[in-house]
Amino acid sequence: MARILLQSKSAAVNPLKSSQPLGAAFAFLGVDGAMPLFHGSQGCTSFALVLFVRHFKEAIPLQTTAMDEVATILGAADHLEEAILNLKNRTKPKLIGVCTTALVETRGEDCAGDIANVKLKHTQELAGTEVVLANTPDFDGAIEEGWARAVTAMIEGITRSGERARHPKKIAILPGCNLTVADVEHMRDMVESFGLKPVILPDISGSLDGTVPDRWVATTYGGTSVEDIRELGTAMQCIAIGEHMRRPAKALLGLTGVPYVLFQSLTGLQDTDRFVSLLSSISGAAVPARVRRRRAQLQDAMLDGHFHFGGKKIAIAAEPDQLFQLATFFAGLGSEIAAAVTTTDRSKILKKVPAVSVQIGDLGDLESLAVGADLLVTHSHGRQASERLRIPLMRIGFPVFDRLGSQHKLAILYQGTRDLIFEVANIFQANQHAPTPEALDPLRNREISHERCSPPLAGQ
Amino acid sequence: MSSLSAKIKDAFDEPACDKNRGKDAKARKEGCSKSLTPGAAAGGCAFDGAKIVLQPITDVAHLVHAPLACEGNSWDNRGAVSSGPTLWRTSFTTDLTELDLVMGQGERKLFKAIREIKHTYAPPAIFVYSTCVTALIGDDIEAVCKRATEKFGLAVVPINAPGLAGSKNLGNKLAAEALLDHVIGTVEPDDPGPYDINILGEFNLSGEFWLVKPLLDRLGIRVRACIPGDARYRDIASAHRARAAMMVCSTALISLARKMEERWDIPFFEGSFYGISDTSQALRNLVRLLVRKGADPEILERTETLIAQQEAIAWKKLESYRQRLQGKRVLLNTGGVKSWSVVHALMEIGIEIVGTSVKKSTVQDKERIKQVLKHDKHMFESMAARELYAMLSEHRADIMLSGGRTQFIALKAKTPWLDINQERQHPYAGYDGMVELVRQIDLAIHNPIWSQVRQPAPWDCQPDLIGELPCTRNETAYLFDEFACATAHEC
Repeated sequence: MARILLQSKSAAVNPLKSSQPLGAAFAFLGVDGAMPLFHGSQGCTSFALVLFVRHFKEAIPLQTTAMDEVATILGAADHLEEAILNLKNRTKPKLIGVCTTALVETRGEDCAGDIANVKLKHTQELAGTEVVLANTPDFDGAIEEGWARAVTAMIEGITRSGERARHPKKIAILPGCNLTVADVEHMRDMVESFGLKPVILPDISGSLDGTVPDRWVATTYGGTSVEDIRELGTAMQCIAIGEHMRRPAKALLGLTGVPYVLFQSLTGLQDTDRFVSLLSSISGAAVPARVRRRRAQLQDAMLDGHFHFGGKKIAIAAEPDQLFQLATFFAGLGSEIAAAVTTTDRSKILKKVPAVSVQIGDLGDLESLAVGADLLVTHSHGRQASERLRIPLMRIGFPVFDRLGSQHKLAILYQGTRDLIFEVANIFQANQHAPTPEALDPLRNREISHERCSPPLAGQ
Repeated sequence: MSSLSAKIKDAFDEPACDKNRGKDAKARKEGCSKSLTPGAAAGGCAFDGAKIVLQPITDVAHLVHAPLACEGNSWDNRGAVSSGPTLWRTSFTTDLTELDLVMGQGERKLFKAIREIKHTYAPPAIFVYSTCVTALIGDDIEAVCKRATEKFGLAVVPINAPGLAGSKNLGNKLAAEALLDHVIGTVEPDDPGPYDINILGEFNLSGEFWLVKPLLDRLGIRVRACIPGDARYRDIASAHRARAAMMVCSTALISLARKMEERWDIPFFEGSFYGISDTSQALRNLVRLLVRKGADPEILERTETLIAQQEAIAWKKLESYRQRLQGKRVLLNTGGVKSWSVVHALMEIGIEIVGTSVKKSTVQDKERIKQVLKHDKHMFESMAARELYAMLSEHRADIMLSGGRTQFIALKAKTPWLDINQERQHPYAGYDGMVELVRQIDLAIHNPIWSQVRQPAPWDCQPDLIGELPCTRNETAYLFDEFACATAHEC
């Protein structure tokens, strides 16, 4: 069981985190016709927007209540009201997802009350538009929490409550924020291949997959429909992916009685086997031949790839569930997790990470823990550490702004695990160092051997 | 120490600003900050603006006193380049948690953070930025900075520009105020000379100032401080001993230029390194100011020789693009680059300007653009996304030059686009920069993808078009273009 080391520094150096409201907006962006709205000063929105655009290379709908000094002192309820009405008039969204920021939360505003008042006062004007609130102060949590809170808010605010007649083939799927567009697409194909009908919330594969529409759209286009969110209660089964999705899955259970199964990760042979078995037993259908074929391909990839993984020291910095997903992947192929850094200590998954300890911290921590590692695994901001340490960087998570196509990289189920093995093995092959007499000198090695044998996390 | 609101008022009462001078006394008092419309606002906040101006100072540790988002969502995101230190790209924030806020530990955490940075990185200075939340809870960053300066013996500079104070532009001005209050004039240079200048508001994006600096070197002009691009703390601290200054980005740092003239008698002019004639004019103005301040007048002639030589080379290079770009229609949608000078150079090689934004241009700029374009209907203050999309998808321009904010409007309308704002990948300053800009326009317009992406899928064609498929490729492409235009018009 991993030891959780809390942050002891006062200055965060090179943050690993992106903020909680950004995570909530991310989830709202997976809904069709949505417009996320940050309740805070305009900079909060501007920074998140720029980061989204740099990652997705897409126009991102995201608006602000533009709080100024007066609103900060006297209260921002009227800014919220004006923003909601303006958005409704200008962009006619089907969903406005309000994400609070540190500024309103520090003030302690009753945003839920404010929104209820707005809805009451403008019932007719707001007809056809759902307004949902996610409380997501920047001073707490990170992307995962924000994402989970937004999904929970949508279920609690939109899904029809009560036990409903269940559709035997309908499956509700709640993917975590570490799943890419390609992951979601691939998972849908897999589920459909069993004759099941998946409803995925949020579905970024419909809205953030980079397509060219034939007209200008101010909101998201594609993603989960509001109607589908409303009807989630008719699903036979809910599947949540990632520990952070337990909360929305529980909310759905409490509201509609739809039972859930939680997968902490869908990467790796065993987790995929469990997932496929579950689909088979829900649908009563045999596992299709092409899925079996993918499994065999993964087996072969593991056989071919494991030479490159054995004994390698991997330094990972990621949000808790993604850290778990990747750490178990690497450990499962014989690598050692030399450094594990994550954003918050709230997640129960951290204790299960196959590492001696998990540091709550930033990329500065990763840089000092990763000395001597063979591979850095984190988002694009790890590039400076990678340069300084001369250790190759594998870019994962959010944001990836200096490589194209991160959303179309598959990392789950048989096929994604196979691809991941190849990617890592290829990074190692591209960064091979030819043996030199100095490096192999037995006397030299003896002198420094005590350093090499020390535990990787010594000094912490 | 003056209050923040007094500072803001002062920042907006700018006698050197054309727009401000044009107002009557009452309008001037109200300042130029427009209140934002909730739900319809765009752009950064004052903190964003302050950080943009100061962050390119390369050897300073920039410490953001805030909960995570302010720094965590925005660090290492601009294209300024350093020729040496890399500390400015390391991100520091106090990353305040709920507990810090509730227990009122902000100031203490800030002080400790300063100590950690001093011990680990030993920078010549630490800049501490206040933000919305730390301003709201009343953390006194000025007091903390003062105490830290005394205790640690290094410059710890408070940058008081919380986001809620206003726009990005206000933040630019507040950053300049901080430099005036705490940095400039604090170090005496041991080698002042008659050819020392300051460049204000040059960010060295993609290293473009390095396209200009060799020209100054050739003339024997020394850049004492380029603020902020590729600057060192000590350069800025001793910038008050320069003999003349050029101000490059007027909306950002005009107050800095004016106050440096008042305090230290450093005359300045407003100029631009974008475009050929502007670059030449900037060099002329610089040496004139230096001569006025006592430099040897022989430099005037040397400058003219250099200009003549460099212009000839640049025009010769540009001429080779004339054939490829003659008659191409450009839409300029930016305030960042001094539009008129670029417009002039583009028109010189036969490019047609079908529109230009004048949002940030001064009155004189607008006059000049009017003269060059002969049509003021081509000028617009700003254009809504939907309008812009319609204009581009109807092929009323061959390329749009703009900033990242409107990038996807052009790309989704399947129109060539070139970034000429701060995220751009290519240096456009000076003579070579103008040639590079034209080269990039040429590359963008003539990329073979455009004819491909504009073609509809063959199975979406009308039946009679499908009948045409076996014919030669060019004719088919032509028909498809026609078809694409027709559908675009319908939408």
